[in-house]
Amino acid sequence: MAEFTLPKMSKVQKGKRFAAKPGAKQVRNFKVYRWDPDTGGNPRLDTYEVDVSGCAMVLDVLLKIKNEIDPTLTLRRSCREGVCGSCAMNIDGENTLACIKGLDELPAGDVSIYPLPHMPVVKDLVPDLTHFYAQYASIKPWLQTESSPGSRERLQSPEDRKHLDGLYECILCACCSTSCPSYWWNPDRFLGPAILLQAYRWIIDSRDEATGERLDDLDDPFKLYRCHTIMNCTNTCPKGLNPARAIGEIKQLLVNRTV
Amino acid sequence: MPRESYKVETHQYDVVVVGAGGAGLRATMGLAAKGLSAACVTKVFPTRSHTVAAQGGVAAALGNMGEDDWRYHFYDTVKGGDWLGDQDAVEYMCREAIPAIIELEHFGVPFSRTPDGKIYQRPFGGMTTRYGEGTAQRTCAAADRTGHAILHTLYTQALKHDAKFFVEYFATDLVKDPRDGRITGVLAIDLNEGTLHLFQGHAIVLATGGYGRAYFSCTSAHTCTGDGGGMVLRAGLALQDLEFVQFHPTGIYGSGCLITEGSRGEGGFLTNSKGERFMERYAPNAKDLASRDVVSRAITMEIREGRGVGEHADHVHLNLAHLGADVLKERLPGISETARIFAGVDVTREPIPVLPTVHYNMGGIPTNHHGEVVQKVGDDPDVVVPGLYAIGEAACVSVHGANRLGSNSLLDLVVFGRAVANRCAEVIKPDTPHHDLPSDALDPALAYLDRLRHANGGTPTAELRTRMQKTMQADAAVFRTADSLRQGCAKIDEVFAGFEDIRVSDRSLIWNSDLVETFELANLLGQAVGTMHSAEQRPESRGAHAREDFPERDDAHWMKHTLVTVDDEGRCAFDYRPVHSNTMTDEVKSIPPKKRVY
Repeated sequence: MAEFTLPKMSKVQKGKRFAAKPGAKQVRNFKVYRWDPDTGGNPRLDTYEVDVSGCAMVLDVLLKIKNEIDPTLTLRRSCREGVCGSCAMNIDGENTLACIKGLDELPAGDVSIYPLPHMPVVKDLVPDLTHFYAQYASIKPWLQTESSPGSRERLQSPEDRKHLDGLYECILCACCSTSCPSYWWNPDRFLGPAILLQAYRWIIDSRDEATGERLDDLDDPFKLYRCHTIMNCTNTCPKGLNPARAIGEIKQLLVNRTV
Repeated sequence: MPRESYKVETHQYDVVVVGAGGAGLRATMGLAAKGLSAACVTKVFPTRSHTVAAQGGVAAALGNMGEDDWRYHFYDTVKGGDWLGDQDAVEYMCREAIPAIIELEHFGVPFSRTPDGKIYQRPFGGMTTRYGEGTAQRTCAAADRTGHAILHTLYTQALKHDAKFFVEYFATDLVKDPRDGRITGVLAIDLNEGTLHLFQGHAIVLATGGYGRAYFSCTSAHTCTGDGGGMVLRAGLALQDLEFVQFHPTGIYGSGCLITEGSRGEGGFLTNSKGERFMERYAPNAKDLASRDVVSRAITMEIREGRGVGEHADHVHLNLAHLGADVLKERLPGISETARIFAGVDVTREPIPVLPTVHYNMGGIPTNHHGEVVQKVGDDPDVVVPGLYAIGEAACVSVHGANRLGSNSLLDLVVFGRAVANRCAEVIKPDTPHHDLPSDALDPALAYLDRLRHANGGTPTAELRTRMQKTMQADAAVFRTADSLRQGCAKIDEVFAGFEDIRVSDRSLIWNSDLVETFELANLLGQAVGTMHSAEQRPESRGAHAREDFPERDDAHWMKHTLVTVDDEGRCAFDYRPVHSNTMTDEVKSIPPKKRVY
């Protein structure tokens, strides 16, 4: 029989409730996924009643919880301005960056916060991205050339440079890949939207001389063709990039090559 | 002795690099490319490092957009640093800038381009041609995401050379060989496994960044906690020129997020509540493109004199709308997005509310131009600490002197990251065997770890951190006086003493970010104390250090680097190193001090 429920140890249980301090004004409830590897057991959903006055972004709330309510809450964060990709997580059902997700963008009511979906969890909101990074390395994401560049820069026309816009800005936050059902099913063999967008960034760079090898490497039923144009990647990208389009372009180049 | 017994796994490499920002990655990839075994130990995945947030660009006199010469760049940097920079090191940086940036292009950095396909270059503050006569277009840019473009590219180069990374390993302390006192390793916690690791190297390279988070409002990331500087102080070594803290003129009011100086390079300008372009009064020639210390003081004066904007008249406006939607989209897309998210401003129609915000530490771990850490021993101010290197914002070479010019920071990272890799390749033979350390070598580092791990006082880390940040913000600000600094010293000493009562609530080892933040706080505190006391003892105004009670520069007595040590009790001791006024070669002449006007 197929198992339609979560495995026993993955079931999220009701957790602790941290009541708001007396006199707190703008109170909102945040239900945050917690899992402690040291004690093991099932994950739980702790509820924090937070006075959100002075908080603009979801990250502000999480840091307020960590600083003032519960120092054990664990998350990654660094730049706090949407450029480093550390605080990628699932907020109110959507993968995004906590630091640029405004509280005013969320519908009224309780806010649920989970780690990026379908990744092993290290602790609380910290997913294990080791495999994601290994997939990135697998596409050889560096400029490959045979010809000598000489002593000055390689020339690249502004038109050729424009092809990199919408690609080089990717911050490797993994929001897109972890929102992709195809990636959920085949994370071991499908590269996923983030890595394919990066692959296209090098394929389309006019300075790169390994286009053929790069396309050969991707011409694979799993690495590339598990993409079924579901478009979750593009919908969720917190930087407004379009991985689905990049994947479409790769498929187009492969078609062009065979006809 | 630690109260728990800890199991420590030992790793041996030719070189151990701590930190994976621009400097750490350039060093790591260079070492790997030169055939040395190198481990890069980093508390965040490399592309999360704060270099990613650098916007405007990286300076090099390529001359792609008009006349330029690296000697002009040299002059601007010496003048920008208010004659506190070491001119030999400045010469090295400005000359090496050209091959270092060409190399970045060859690595694949997606620079913006001129119509003829060369690297696009924009004007930046303090960057001139012909020794101050004209405006130079020297700052090489990838739109306004240059740091992101460089950091990601350097990481890919490290992958290409198969460099070894230890990601999310937090380095807690330097480890000395007790037999000869040589620094020979670092102790680190693997956050994901909760295990301890000793990284032994013939060279230890600290590329750990600045300590911006000592302040309440800064452009720096949460992770900019000066961990290398903290470790160096605990090892009993001196830091240099900590009193020189750069306030970036245009942090977004409220959040402190950075708006690049490149926005003024592209033609943006500042206005006060009267709509007046006030920089014309403070810097008649350079106007909005004067160096950062000058612009930050001007904004502060405008606000003080009641010409600030907003409900509390406590900030000014940065106007970009006249640049037009096309230029904003092509050249400044990143800050357009940041202004929308953090200030609710559409830059094509409205000005951005901005305020001077802590941005960069000119001071740090003193080094020579090879990146070797130096200390003053007896009468010799340039004694190399064997096996220890520092690069990037963590270091003080000193190329930035008393005030760094915009776009010289990314340059510093790649030039000195490269220099360290070259130096290590000269002095270390690959796979030189390591001496095993005696069993007690780790005791000090383990005792320190153990103390923080079990810290059970009454003050949560976040609470003490806020007190430190507010003290620094109030009393080590854009303008300083003897009164404010004396009061600041008393307050910051009290905060330092408060660390005795610190409480860590999370007792786990796996991803214990409460513990990591406590280590970081300790690192910040040492440098906060050093900064406040260094500022208090320097009775002159130079670059970013502006004393209202001593408004003039005093070259006769104070054209020298401050060295400060901070002991376990937070007591500072001072000494001085002379500024290198000589150049390295005769390709350029030393610039004698003169009055600094823009």
